[in-house]
Amino acid sequence: MSSTFEQIANIIAETCDIPRDTIKPESHAIDDLGIDSLDFLDIAFAIDKAFGIKMPLEKWTQEVNDGKATTEQYFVLKNLADRIDELVAAKNAGTGTASGS
Amino acid sequence: MQLEYFTLIDRIVDLNIGDKTIVVEADVPQTSTIFEGHFPGYPIMPGVLLTEAMAQSSGWLLLGLMKFERMPFLAMIKEAKMRGFVNPGEVLTIEAKVEHEGSGFAVTSAKVRVGKELKCSADLTFRHIPFPHPDLRVHMDAMAKKIGFPLQALTHD
Repeated sequence: MSSTFEQIANIIAETCDIPRDTIKPESHAIDDLGIDSLDFLDIAFAIDKAFGIKMPLEKWTQEVNDGKATTEQYFVLKNLADRIDELVAAKNAGTGTASGS
Repeated sequence: MQLEYFTLIDRIVDLNIGDKTIVVEADVPQTSTIFEGHFPGYPIMPGVLLTEAMAQSSGWLLLGLMKFERMPFLAMIKEAKMRGFVNPGEVLTIEAKVEHEGSGFAVTSAKVRVGKELKCSADLTFRHIPFPHPDLRVHMDAMAKKIGFPLQALTHD
């Protein structure tokens, strides 16, 4: 499994006091792990700092609300890890898309 | 400082948009109904109001960074430490610094001093959203004028 997932899982376990071994790549942060929006702010803060990015949470939320994306695309952890990898790659490429609204 | 109205900041001393820092001052009143209960015979500023003062200081900084286009709301308080009593009539110097700007949220750290003595500190997280009601924006504009918010600071990129 990607190191990105491991880092995310460790952050979630520490931030939300969730046993690490219950956090799987297929876990949905909200539906399976019960993480609420306030806890997710804490997680986003830790992920932003750990990866040097700015997760575009508002953009993602808007896409979900508009029906242009599903929560699974952003909140199933293996997908979240992919999104983070994309943001890190964009940042390293200097495309300026690592940050969102 | 009007404790009953939650108006806790009296004046902005320094706002540095580049460094993402702010320094404000607040005059603790000599008398207040709050001091009648907190505590009889030994009036001190409640820790929750000191925390609110740190939040408002951070809020003015974030308003400046966001050019008054979005309103920050306190969402989380961490590591709040009340290190010493604050008495009626004392002048608070409050410093706040943005530690992180996320998408739709921001994290600050803040400290309250009386003179050189550190009285309390906390790490604060805010959600920010577009102003939810025009009256709130009007109110914040009026408050900004009252406490000497440097409007020229809003010309930053």
